[in-house]
Order: sequence, then structure tokens, then C-alpha cells
Amino acid sequence: MSLITAEKLTKVYTLGEIEVPALESVSFKIEPSSFISFIGPSGSGKTTLLNLIGCLDKPTSGILIVADVNTSGLTRKEAAAFRGKNLGFIFQDFNLIPVLTVYENVEYPLLIVQNVPAVERKNRVISLLKTVGMIDQKDKYPDQISGGQKQRVAVARALVSNPRLVLADEPTANLDSKTAFMVIDIMRQMKDEFGVTFIFSTHDPKIVGEVETVYTLQDGMLVSRAQGKGGRHA
Amino acid sequence: MGCSSAAPREREDGMLKLILIALRNLARYKRRTLLTSSLIAIGVMFVLVFVAVSGSFKYIMIGQITDSMLGHLQVHKRGYVASIDSLPLTLNFNAKEEKILEEAIQDIPEIEAFSPRIKFGGMFSNFVETTNIRVNGVYPEREVATVPLFPARIKQGKKSIREGEILIPELLASGMKVKVRDTVVVIATNRDGSVNGKQFVVGGILESVTGPGGRDGYLHINDAMEVLRMEEIEISEVALRLKDFGKLNAISDRLDEMLSKEINKQGKPVFDVRTWEKLSPFYNVARMIDVMTFFIKLMLIAIVLVSIMNVMIMAVYERIREIGTISAIGTMPKKILSLFLIEGFSLGALGVVVGNILAFGIVFLANLIKITFNFGRQSGLVLSPKLGAGDILWISVIVIIVSVVAALQPAFKASRMEPVEALRHV
Repeated sequence: MSLITAEKLTKVYTLGEIEVPALESVSFKIEPSSFISFIGPSGSGKTTLLNLIGCLDKPTSGILIVADVNTSGLTRKEAAAFRGKNLGFIFQDFNLIPVLTVYENVEYPLLIVQNVPAVERKNRVISLLKTVGMIDQKDKYPDQISGGQKQRVAVARALVSNPRLVLADEPTANLDSKTAFMVIDIMRQMKDEFGVTFIFSTHDPKIVGEVETVYTLQDGMLVSRAQGKGGRHA
Repeated sequence: MGCSSAAPREREDGMLKLILIALRNLARYKRRTLLTSSLIAIGVMFVLVFVAVSGSFKYIMIGQITDSMLGHLQVHKRGYVASIDSLPLTLNFNAKEEKILEEAIQDIPEIEAFSPRIKFGGMFSNFVETTNIRVNGVYPEREVATVPLFPARIKQGKKSIREGEILIPELLASGMKVKVRDTVVVIATNRDGSVNGKQFVVGGILESVTGPGGRDGYLHINDAMEVLRMEEIEISEVALRLKDFGKLNAISDRLDEMLSKEINKQGKPVFDVRTWEKLSPFYNVARMIDVMTFFIKLMLIAIVLVSIMNVMIMAVYERIREIGTISAIGTMPKKILSLFLIEGFSLGALGVVVGNILAFGIVFLANLIKITFNFGRQSGLVLSPKLGAGDILWISVIVIIVSVVAALQPAFKASRMEPVEALRHV
């Protein structure tokens, strides 16, 4: 069964009296344990689509089913609970909480969102920090580590709650090539190890070269679906 | 997740983490936090010091009035107080009424002492000049037990009232050029209209005090009966002292209820029970102090409300992306609300703690340097401000509640923020 099913997904923004279509009748299916990228020029609707899949926004029309839930009908609280349970987010600007240490940032979803018991919480955080190579920096604050390290922490935070799906919006945009490849490798490793689905919104060729499937968006429409170089299932 | 059995513990951990995040956020904007909590602290300090100083002034004055002449309560015959300027002997209690009154008083164990008084107006002569005088005839021991500061008012002479002696107010003594041990005559008209006089030796000179009766002369009750040719005692008023001044209104009501059964021919109660508040004009000053204190407390509330709200609105505005992030990763709106409420609470609590410490320091200093003031003809009264636990608790709780209320609107706004818009914020 598909992890994500989108049928005729449409999103229209209203700016005063003007209606701006961001997505027009987009349909696709994504299977579990996929490594997928949506590409396209600026304004093509990539981020809008990721926001819809991530329950951060609601479609104007169409059907969107994520992890067996029709997310377009969720209330604010239900959407928050759904995100906390099923989704992980990686942002272009890392978006770590500046007053929390590396360890606390990764622990946050387990403690504040999921109420995971202390022992299990500690094991999962330590394990992920080791995996992303940040265990030695666990007591540092975000302003004491580099951009690449921040993004590794963000990856750990996105994965710590065992989500079925991780949404990454331009995750390598603020990283140098070496760090970007390191972060992509980590995500690939997580996907292989835990079966997590990763969906990227990007125009970074480094990511495009690593994913299994590449969807291209243009002017809010899905114009192509192609197998990527990292593809095994597509 | 395997966490259902441990959920309360985990929820507790989560709340502690929220508190930690809130405190770190306050520490993150050190200057702003310092300024806001300083403003609250100074406000709390001013209010507490004002309450302590004005309270001290008020209680010194109330103590002076009640303990040096008025007593905590007084009982008169109905109609006496309205005619008190003429000291009508026709409105004195007869022996039967006095007995009823004394029995009622003795039934109330909270009454420490009471002093029956015969009050009358008369002429005072030093054999050269004559003037009018208001006199209280009292039982000396009972008077001192009821108004213990009375002996302190005797500025010259022995601090007692003996038969054949009169204590006269200082203005009368200086005006009539009368000294202690001089012989004077008091002449009065009794209730039947006949005039009688009696010679007295001036036993002492009394300091005048503010309020009714503050410039009266005093003599022994037996002498008063003799001047007024009373065959049996007829009391004008009874002053009462309570063991606990805080129970004033309760005891007054109880005594009033006990005496209300006695009805006169017009069907109205014979006895009229009044607290010092209804007898002394200083009560209006005391009320004014209370009103001023109330408005100063309102100002404090306004300061706290505006400053916390301002800080919290800024905090929400500056952290929109952070709010979007924590919301995106699944933080429930109520936890985001709690986070900002805790920040508001912490700011208020910090201000309260510092304000209380400063207030204690200032009150301690004020007691150390002994500030004096004059009131009416009384001078050198020493202010001894005290911080009452009730005031500290009331002001602290109000400030903290107002802090949380002030943070409510920004916190609510943060919790209702759409994550997609918050994440887009630059």
C-alpha cells in the first residue's frame, strides 16, 4: 500500500482579490522506503507540495492520503499529533532551537511531543547522535557548531521519533559540497537501515543524483517522473 | 511506544523541559529580561514600602486615638452621640441600664477591659478667671486598663487620678496660667438644673490629642458624682478595650446584638454600640490612606501588565520561525501556549522576589534610622513600618497572576500560529 497518495491536488493562494495557483491537479503515489526528490524552478510548487504532505498546509481541493490518513480534514491539533507521530522535518536553515544543546534538540520530539520514557529516550538520542557523528558535540549549543554539523543534528532530530516519512526542504542549500554529500549519505543510510521514506524539495544536483525517483514540477504541475541515479525501486 | 505506563513521569519531564526552555529564552535576552524584571521589582518594592509606611502611620494614629482616650469601642445611650457636643446628662444610663450593659460586656471574654465614664460640661475657675471645661469622671484603674496610653498623656504631675484632684488639658493650663498643685473650682449644672461647685487640686497637666475628647479634663468618678449631686451612678459612656483589635467589628456586632433586646419607649434600642471608626474623624484619613494604597496597587498592576505584555509580544514576534519549527515537529498548541505563559510567569516571579528583597531592605533601614513625624499637637511619633505576610502574599500573587494574564494574549497568538506561515517568516 502506498505511503502517500495524491489525487488532483490543487493549492490556490489568495492575495487580496487575486488568486495565485501554486499547485494544479497534481497526482502521484509514493511507496514506503523511498528516496525521492521533487525538483523544479523557483515558484514551481515544490515547497507548497512538501507543506501539504507535511500537514503544514491544506490543499484547496483534491485528495491527499499520508500514512493511511486523509490529511486534508485534520484539525490543527490532529495535524500536530500526526506530524509528531509520523513525520520528520529537515529545513534549509536547520531550524535548531537555539536555547537547547545538540542533545536536547534531538531529544525534544521524544520529550515534548511523544512523552517517551527517559531510558528509551536517552538510548535513541545517543544512538542517533553516534550515527550522525555528533556524539562528541552533544553538549554544545547550535551557535557553537558549523552548518554541516547543524544539519546532521537536524537529521537526527527528524529521525529520532521513528517517523515513516522525512520531508527535507532544500537540505543541502546552505552546505558546502563535502558536507552536503555527508548529510545525503547519512539520510541514505537511515533510509536503508530503518526504511524511512525521504522526500526532498531541491534543485541541488547532488541530491538529484542520489535519489531513486525524481518528480519535476513546473508552474504548479507535475510534468515528469524519472528514475534517479540512486534508484533501485522506481 | 511503550510509554503509556510511564506517561505521567514523562509529562512531568516534558513540563520541566518547557520550564528550562522558557528560562533559557529569558536568559537569551538578558538586557530585556533585566529591564522588565527590574521595573516589576521596583514597582513591587514601592508598593510594599508604601503599604508598610502608610500602614505604620495609620496604626500609630489609630493606636494613639484608641489607646490614649477613645478605647476600641464605646457604648452610649441612643441619641447621646448626636448630642455629644452638649454632653447631655439626661442621656446618661441609669443604674439598671448600666447593670445590663456590664453583664453583657462580662459575657464576652474577648473584651479585655472597660471603663465607665461620666461626662459633663462645666465652668473652670482659678479664682481670677473662669472658662468652660469638658470633664470625664472615671475609675482610674479601669480607665488605664482600657486606654493604656492615658498615663503617658500626663505631662506634669503624678501619673494617676486621685479623689479631690483634677487633670486639666495643657491648653487650658497655659491659658489660665494654672500649674500643678494649684487649687481650682469646677462648677456644673446637674440634670435637675441646680448648680454645684467643688474645689480641686490640679493633679496633672494632660497632653492634648487629636480627636473627640482629646482636650477634656479628668477627675475621679466619685468626684464627678459629687459635683453633679448624683445619688446613684449615671454613666454617660463606656469605653471598651478588646484583647484582639482585629476582631473589632465582630465583637461590636456581637455586643450590639446582645444589647439590641433592650428597647426604649419609642420601640428603639436603648444602647448604641460604636467602634472607634464611627467616633473619630481620623477614620476618614485612614480610609483615604486605604484608597491611596488601592490606587497605587492598581498602578503596579498596570505597570506589570504593560511591561510583560510588551516583552512577550516582542518575544513572540522575534521567535516566529522557532514557533513554526516546534509546531512543525509536532508540538501541541497547548504546549506552545504553556511555554510563553511560563516565560511571563517567570518574569513576574523574578520581579516579585527581587522586589520583596528590596522592600525588606528598605523597611529594615527605615526602622534602623527611626523616622519621626508630627500629627496634630503630637510630635516625635516614630514610624515603625512592618511588612505584613498578608500584604506580601497578596501583592506577590496579584503580580504573578497579572504577569501570566499579560502573557496570555501573545502566548495564545503563538499557539494559534499556522506553522507554514511561521516557517516562511523572515
